[in-house]
Amino acid sequence: MELIDLAMIWALIIGFGIVMYVLMDGFDLGQGILFPFAPDEDARDVMMNSVAPVWDGNETWLILGGAGLLAAFPLVYSVFLPALYIGVFLMLTGLIFRGIAFEFRFKARTSKYLWNWAFAGGSIVASFAQGVVVGNYIQGFNVENGVFVGGAFDWLTPFTVFTGIGLLAGYALLGSTWLIMKSEGYIQDWAYKITLPLLAAVLAVFGIISIWTPFVNPDVWDRWFSNIQIIWVLPAMTAFFAWVLFRSVQKRQDGMPFVATMGIFVFTFLGLVASKWPYVVPPDYTIYDASSAWESQLFLLLGLLFVIPVVLGYTAWTYWVFRGKVKAGVGYH
Amino acid sequence: MELDPLLLSRIQFGFVVSFHAIFPVFTIGLASYIAVLEGLFFKTGNPIWSKLSRFWTQVFAVVFGMGVVTGIVMAFQFGTNWSNFAQSSANFLGPVLSYEVVTAFFLEATFLGVLLFGRDKVPKGVHLFAAIMVAVGTFISSFWILSANSWMQTPAGVEFRDGAVFVTSWMEALFNPSFPYRFAHTVMASFLTGGFVVAGVSAWYLLRKREVEANKKALSMCLWMLLFLAPAQVWVGDLHGLNTLEHQPVKVSAMEGLWETDTNVPLLLFAIPDQANQTNHLEIGIPNLASFILTHDWAGEVPGMNEVAVEEQPPVGIVFWAFRIMVSIGLLMVAFAIAGLFLRRGGRFAEAPWFLKGLTYMSITPFIAVVAGWFVTEVGRYPWLVWGQMTLAEGLTPSLTGGMALFTLIGYVLVYALVFAAGVYYLMRLFQVGMEDSHTSDHIDEPQSAKRPWSGADVTLEAGGR
Repeated sequence: MELIDLAMIWALIIGFGIVMYVLMDGFDLGQGILFPFAPDEDARDVMMNSVAPVWDGNETWLILGGAGLLAAFPLVYSVFLPALYIGVFLMLTGLIFRGIAFEFRFKARTSKYLWNWAFAGGSIVASFAQGVVVGNYIQGFNVENGVFVGGAFDWLTPFTVFTGIGLLAGYALLGSTWLIMKSEGYIQDWAYKITLPLLAAVLAVFGIISIWTPFVNPDVWDRWFSNIQIIWVLPAMTAFFAWVLFRSVQKRQDGMPFVATMGIFVFTFLGLVASKWPYVVPPDYTIYDASSAWESQLFLLLGLLFVIPVVLGYTAWTYWVFRGKVKAGVGYH
Repeated sequence: MELDPLLLSRIQFGFVVSFHAIFPVFTIGLASYIAVLEGLFFKTGNPIWSKLSRFWTQVFAVVFGMGVVTGIVMAFQFGTNWSNFAQSSANFLGPVLSYEVVTAFFLEATFLGVLLFGRDKVPKGVHLFAAIMVAVGTFISSFWILSANSWMQTPAGVEFRDGAVFVTSWMEALFNPSFPYRFAHTVMASFLTGGFVVAGVSAWYLLRKREVEANKKALSMCLWMLLFLAPAQVWVGDLHGLNTLEHQPVKVSAMEGLWETDTNVPLLLFAIPDQANQTNHLEIGIPNLASFILTHDWAGEVPGMNEVAVEEQPPVGIVFWAFRIMVSIGLLMVAFAIAGLFLRRGGRFAEAPWFLKGLTYMSITPFIAVVAGWFVTEVGRYPWLVWGQMTLAEGLTPSLTGGMALFTLIGYVLVYALVFAAGVYYLMRLFQVGMEDSHTSDHIDEPQSAKRPWSGADVTLEAGGR
């Protein structure tokens, strides 16, 4: 180990990137998940318009996740992707269909309903597949000498299917609270109406996953019931934000539901990390085992220190440019 | 028959990367064109520039969208099908690809949102700035990805220890021997692609007497650019070839269809390479010309395929013919560019039907040339993944079975066929609708802000820009 613990810094950066991705693409994938249930076509227009200027930037965080893992923790990249081969394929095709739906739906007339399905179907498949990845991370991988040696369908187990559904519900909640913030009138009413049932579903699913996890992976049980009691702060914070969300929906606040949902996600993520730390390719490999060469981690880090703040700056700026409510019947035609 | 995951993965990568490549190669050129149009509009206030810019921005949005979704696939192919390669080259490729994401992809994606949807939400100067940032992003992206690709062709600045790459000099690795040539050749190809597409579409409109003033301006701009760029590309391509001769001589042997090292080598115009018998059939060539082009000496010695073992030879037929397709199209482009100059007098370039028709057909040729060019350089790298260091077989994902690779290959072919068909359909419709009535299928001039009511004509929108 060299002077600075670069692996630790990189774990923080990648973790930050994942959180950014999940929050940002989460709310726009959420629009797709909720799409089939929207009250009418005007509402679908508003839902899509509310994310159209930013979805591309949001999805770029996923590419950064892929490239960043290759750069900093190549073992993660070269184990996860072969292990999740079919799942990754499904996620990518889902993202393809929903991505092109943005451009084509607004140019279509008679075939518009097809692009509604492409947007909804693509978003649902991609979200589910991402949830499956989380499940696989909890479950661990069949790795020998740094190479995945399992089968083509190891990734698909009852547990991972359940985490897939969990993330679907989570993204739908991000989507509905985003919509509360960006819409008005009957569309906002609808978003308020579905938010609390979605919250209940998310809490139920997260609860079941928490109980199920120790059976899938006993080490997680030890982690939570050994002497590091400070980590119980994390689920407590999740519960707190769930309560904030509940109250803010009851009071029909505009922005707070989305903020609270982000809080739920952040602390659930931290709870997940706390369960597995410092393992990145469970059950055997830590962040240190998975690291690339020290000088490679350093080379990229030096650049990122300058570039990431700039990226965050102009990203924030575009959100500011496109702030405010999206009007029904205006926008794309 | 046993399904070979190696062959299937090669076909899959070849397919997804070729399919992806046709989008950025167009958007790189087009992004700069849009930035220029926005700049001209900003400076002169002439609504023609704004009209052209709006129209081409819509086209850009469709093509860029397809480039993005097919590009996401590329970011994961290294891991899914080539995980051993990913693992062993990560110390170099990881940072390079990450730099591409943070310095280029974010820039393009974020400012594209402003370019497409922000016309009424930001001041005119900021909108121009967004257009420039999108264009700059496309260049930065080409820089990193071509550096990565060139490094696989001509690795430098690294040492190989225990099956992994360790960088000894970032400068040498990034600016490896083939990079400057490949970068210049590819960026110029992008401009040629953008130029010929804009020229072709403008010509199509001129044939139909639609928006004559704007399209004549656009065509004139394109022809000036092509006049310098098309011949320059031939020159840069030649330099690139000489660089390949120095570092990857066997690739040049395949391009020339030369089996035995020889002097006084003819330039073959036609041949049917026969890899099994290590010979050509039905050769037609110009005596001594290949020697002259490659060594600048009519009698010069050119290395042949016999310099390497048979199993280290690339598939000659593909490289040989892809090269000829690329060069023929390049020469055709030069011919059209020069014809455009002669038709300047009396403005006939915007009227002569044969020329306009020809340009319309020319608009698809750059895509063919670009894909053919990539086939030359990529297939010509066989059997190496990293030239001289790692073979394709060594880079393959160990757990990958033939069935899995076949499943995803078929999947990508089906999905991309659908994406492509839809994309072409909507592009054709955009072209048919044209720029006359720019708010029938347009999103860029619809005000999303409630502050100013929709005023009907786009001219007023521009005049009232905040």
